[in-house]
Order: sequence, then structure tokens, then C-alpha cells
Amino acid sequence: MTAGSGTAADQRQGLLDEYHKAIAPSGRKAPAWLAGLREAAIARFADVGFPSTRQEDWRFTSVAPLANLRFSRMHWHPRPQIGREHLGLMLPPGPGAAHAVFVNGRFAPNLSSVGGLPAGVRLGSLADTIQRNGAAGAAIERHLGRHALVDRNPFTALATAFVEDGAFLYVPAGVEVEAPVQLLFLAAPGDGPSASYPRVLIVAERGARVSVVETYAGVEDRAYLTSAVTELVAQDGAQIASCRIQRESELAYHMATSQVYQGPDSSVQTCTVAVGSALSRHDVGAVLGGAGGYLILNGLSVLHGRQHVDHHTTIDHAAPHCESHELFNGILDDHARGVFTGRIIVRPGAQRTDSKQTNNNLLLSEEARADSQPQLEIHADDVKCTHGATLGPLDPAALFYLQTRGIAPHDARDLMTYGFSAQIIGTVPVPELRRQLDRLVRATLDRGARRPRAVP
Amino acid sequence: MLQITNLHATADGREILKGLDLSVSAGEVHAIMGPNGSGKSTLAQILAGHPVYIVTEGLVTFEGRDLLDMEPEERAQAGLFLAFQYPVSIRGITNAYFLRAGVNAIRKSQGLPELDPLDFLDVLQEKLKVIGWDDSFLNRPVNDGFSGGEKKRNEILQMAVLEPRLAVLDETDSGLDIDALKTVAAAVNKLRAPERATIVVTHYQRLLNYIIPDVVHVLVDGRIARSGSKELALELEARGYDWIKPEADVA
Repeated sequence: MTAGSGTAADQRQGLLDEYHKAIAPSGRKAPAWLAGLREAAIARFADVGFPSTRQEDWRFTSVAPLANLRFSRMHWHPRPQIGREHLGLMLPPGPGAAHAVFVNGRFAPNLSSVGGLPAGVRLGSLADTIQRNGAAGAAIERHLGRHALVDRNPFTALATAFVEDGAFLYVPAGVEVEAPVQLLFLAAPGDGPSASYPRVLIVAERGARVSVVETYAGVEDRAYLTSAVTELVAQDGAQIASCRIQRESELAYHMATSQVYQGPDSSVQTCTVAVGSALSRHDVGAVLGGAGGYLILNGLSVLHGRQHVDHHTTIDHAAPHCESHELFNGILDDHARGVFTGRIIVRPGAQRTDSKQTNNNLLLSEEARADSQPQLEIHADDVKCTHGATLGPLDPAALFYLQTRGIAPHDARDLMTYGFSAQIIGTVPVPELRRQLDRLVRATLDRGARRPRAVP
Repeated sequence: MLQITNLHATADGREILKGLDLSVSAGEVHAIMGPNGSGKSTLAQILAGHPVYIVTEGLVTFEGRDLLDMEPEERAQAGLFLAFQYPVSIRGITNAYFLRAGVNAIRKSQGLPELDPLDFLDVLQEKLKVIGWDDSFLNRPVNDGFSGGEKKRNEILQMAVLEPRLAVLDETDSGLDIDALKTVAAAVNKLRAPERATIVVTHYQRLLNYIIPDVVHVLVDGRIARSGSKELALELEARGYDWIKPEADVA
């Protein structure tokens, strides 16, 4: 086997070498718990390597294209030229909201504005906060890597091994943050396929309330890898509204895990939107760990060309009297492919669980494809669990109905397609976030309308 | 306004309309009654341009234009409106958004400027009063999760907003309780004007107590078997449809 021949095994060895050269030595300066976390993670990755389609969890998503490129931190752009004009496209217009910007996963203070938040709220760099120790540092130690477990997904292991920096948002008990907090992760590749490992930890203490947007994007249309992990903790009675926007370059690869932990009577409303990347996978998990928890876990993908998205969700009802609602819509044009796996676990004793899961796929071309698989594991008897999936082209009856109201077929199709996305965006509880997502989706749908169609 | 001559139509190769003639003038309300399967709804759908029905013979002109040569949206833009028997739900699109899209598509075709959301909201508020609704319906997705009665009212709201020249109501009364029926009738009556016309397709006479027709037609086996005044509807209510059939065959 020659160097750079591009097998998954080469790729894995390359990443292991890179870890031992670049990350492990820095571990000597890191707190012991962090070094231990990385070591356990790289051991796991060394053990399992990249997933194959022979594994049930990866049946519909081949990561083989990743092996053909030697992704590395070495390929970061040495001096990324990122100005406010890049941010303008990614952040909502107007002043006000706090935002933290990360380039190749590292905090960029000169592009960020983290002031103006209520007393006690912390927003900034994970690395800085860990170094400074204190109460916030202790919260990081308590939660980082404790929710998104490395044995669930090889990319979670990889990203945890390479964790260096990322976003930390901490809202103390009883504090309410009004304007949505924006976290922006920009990939800036240099002379080759770069890899970055953005990390997010959000902790809302008892009774706190906050809304947050994570945006993942590239500054250039290039092949790069983003392997991201987000952990989100809502303590007793806390309320978190969270949106995640994946709008990477259409040549990029995006592998991500978001893991939510909810205490009693907490409310988490999340929406994950995927419009970018050649190949993307997002594992979203939530543990309802205390009675009275309320979860909305929604998602939307709008894809064209040969884009591929895989949403893998796991909702773990570990406590009684919790409610979860899950709605994922996919809009797939050309040769695009969408995969949805929705796993719902109801643990013994989690009585009075109320769980509803729906996955709808709109196929705008004959070649588009969607795979949907619900997985229900119910170990309690007094529960209500429903699931359903749809798949198909635009409803011809609805098309005719719109025409009879004076709307031409082309506009009627656009309207119905937009409606498919609006169904998801409409569930987002914060008006500013709805507007931000609406702008993104309209621009994405226009992208499809303007370009010459690959499939007639 | 509307002239139908010797209309023959098929669906899935089966002939449903077999030489139908009908003439509706501005200012008139026509009721079309008939037993199930006589072709009432087919006629309504053909007027709106549903692609499943194929006209094999005959002519339909609307305000002097060949209606059969027009796309469904062109018919709407020319002032034809069909209130559906089974209104369709549209995922994610609110009623307000949908109504504005329809109004603006029609205004655009007439060379009029489009209405912005705020101007349109004023129009809507006024029309909502007509059908006795509050504005909570405006922000719900079109017909999505609506009850049968709500869907029918929504059709009438659309009619009130679009102000068609010719409205075709396809069994709008089915599934309505008496209060809803009166509301719907009041909205239709409010729209009556010398320059407009209405075709009410119904199985039962009940609606015609509230929307008084100028002419009542009985459709049997794809043809108008008999036409008469509003008293014909009462007679049908009393005697049923069976007595019509032989006469039609003789004719």
C-alpha cells in the first residue's frame, strides 16, 4: 500500500499519528481529566476506526469518500482572511445579539462580541475557561464528554480526541437571556483538505432560559471535514431553544453529534437544519432524565445535486411523565439522498411517556431518494408512542387546488415546497430564529431554482 | 356569462357527461341537483379544469372565451371560482399566506400591483366578519387539521376574498350544521350582484332555503333532465329523483 493511496485504514493511521504528534504532547499542560478524556477517545477511535455500511447504524451512509482525502489539522489556512463581510451572510442583520465566532474550531475574539449578557452568563472559549479554572471550569469538567459518549459514534471519538477549543455557554440558575446567542463555526481550509473539530457545551442551570444558534459554514468552496460535537444540558426547569444550521460548502464533509441532557421539568426545543455539505451525518440524542421533561426535536434538510444527509436521532425516555415530539422534513431534489433513523427508548418505569415521531420526505426528482426507519424500544406499559413516515412527490391534488386559486403551476410548486420547510421553521419558538431560518431556507430553495437543472 | 353546449366528458375511459347544455347569465343563481353519480361534481371539476377529466365533445365559453382552452389558473384569473367538495390541505402554508398568494396572482394577471401583507390583512379582516370568523384561522396551515365544517367555511372565505365573477359551489352544504349552513348562505348572498353569477351544486334542497336560486336544473346520467323554478327543488325534496328519470329518457 503506497502512502496516500486513500484507504480508510490509511486515513485512520494518519489521524492517530497526528494525535500522537500534535495533541498528546499538549496534554501535559492540560488538566488530568481532559487528557484522560482525550486518551480514552483516541483509544476508542484506534479500536473501531471509520464505520462501514456493514454496521447497522451506518447502513445507508458510506463514509468511503472521506478515506480518499487525507484530512488534517495541518491543512488549516495559516492566516485565514475573515472579515465582517463573511459574518454578514451567517449572522442575522442588525446589532445586539451576542455572538462567538470560531475559525477551524478555535475562538476568534476579534470577530466575536460576547458582552452585554446578563450578570453571571458566560459565553466564550472552552479552552480559555478550562485554563482559568473556577466555577465555570468545574462545570466544564462535570459535563464535557459526559453526555456525547465516544462509544456511540467513531466521529464522536475522533472529535473528542482532538478537542482543543470550542464554545462554552453557561447560564446560571434563574437567569433569562432574551436575544438568541449566535455561535458561528467557520472552516478555513488552506493548502489541502483540512479537518476541524468544533465543540460546544451549553449548560443552563435550574430555571434558566436561553436560546442559541449554532451555524457551521466554510469560507471557501473546498473539500474539508468538520467533525463537531455539541453537548447541551438543561437542569431542573431550564428552558433551551436551540437551532443548528449546517450550511457548509457543498464539497465538504460534516460529521456531527448533538447530545441533550434534560433534568426534571425542563424544556428543550431544538431544530437542526442541513442545507450544505456533500455528505453530512448528524446524530441527535436526548436523554429525558427527570420527570416532567418536554422535548421538541425537529429537523429539516434541503438538498440538491448529489448531496447526502443522514439524521440519526435517539430519544431516551429515562424518567416518567415526559413528552417528546419529533418532526423531520426532507426536501430532496436531483440525486440527493436523505436518511432518517428515529430511535425512541422508553426505559422501565418511564410511565406516562408521550412520544410522537414523524418523518416526511418530499422528492422533487425521480432520482432523489429517502430512507426512513423508526426504531421503538418500549419497556414500560403505560405509554403513548406514535410514529409515521411519508415519502413522495408534491401532492397533485394540492397543486390543482392552488391552480384553481389563480396560482401558476411553477409558483404553486415553489409554494408547496416552501410550505414543507415552513412546517418545521414554524415550530421554532423564538421569532428572531424563525426569521433567520426562513431567510436561509428561501435562499437555499432559490439556489435550486436559479441553477440549470441537472435532471430535466 | 357561461355557455355549455353538448358537453361530453370521460374519466378513466368512462363517459360521465353525455351531452350537457347549460346557460348561466350574469346576476343569476343556478342550482344543479341530481342523484349520486349523475355527474354534478364532474361538471364542477371540469369547469375548474381538473386534468383527470377529458372533454370528448362540446363547447364551454366563459365571458366569450373558450374555457376548455384555458389552464386552471387562467380560469381563476378570469374570474371563475370552485368551492371544493373536498378541500385539500397544504402543509406549512398558513391560510393568510395562501390567500394573499391567490389574490396577488390574480391581481398580477390583471396588471394590478400586488398587495403587501399589511394592506391584505385589512381586506382579510373585513371578509372574516362576513363569514363570522375570528382571525385565528389565518395562521393555521391551509385546511390542515380543519374539521369538515371549517374546511367548507374556508372555501367560502376564499370566495369572499377572491370575489369571482362566477362561483361554483360543489356540495358546500354537505357536512354543515344548520348554523354553518346559514353563515355560508349569507356569505354567498352577500356576493350576489348584477355582474356576478353562482352555480350551486347540491344533493339536497336544504341549502336552497337560504340561497334562493333563479333556476333549478336536475342532472341525471350526465344530462340536464329538467329545468325549472325554485319550486322544482321542493318537488324533488318531496318526491325524490326517481320520477325524473323516465321523463328524461322520453326527452
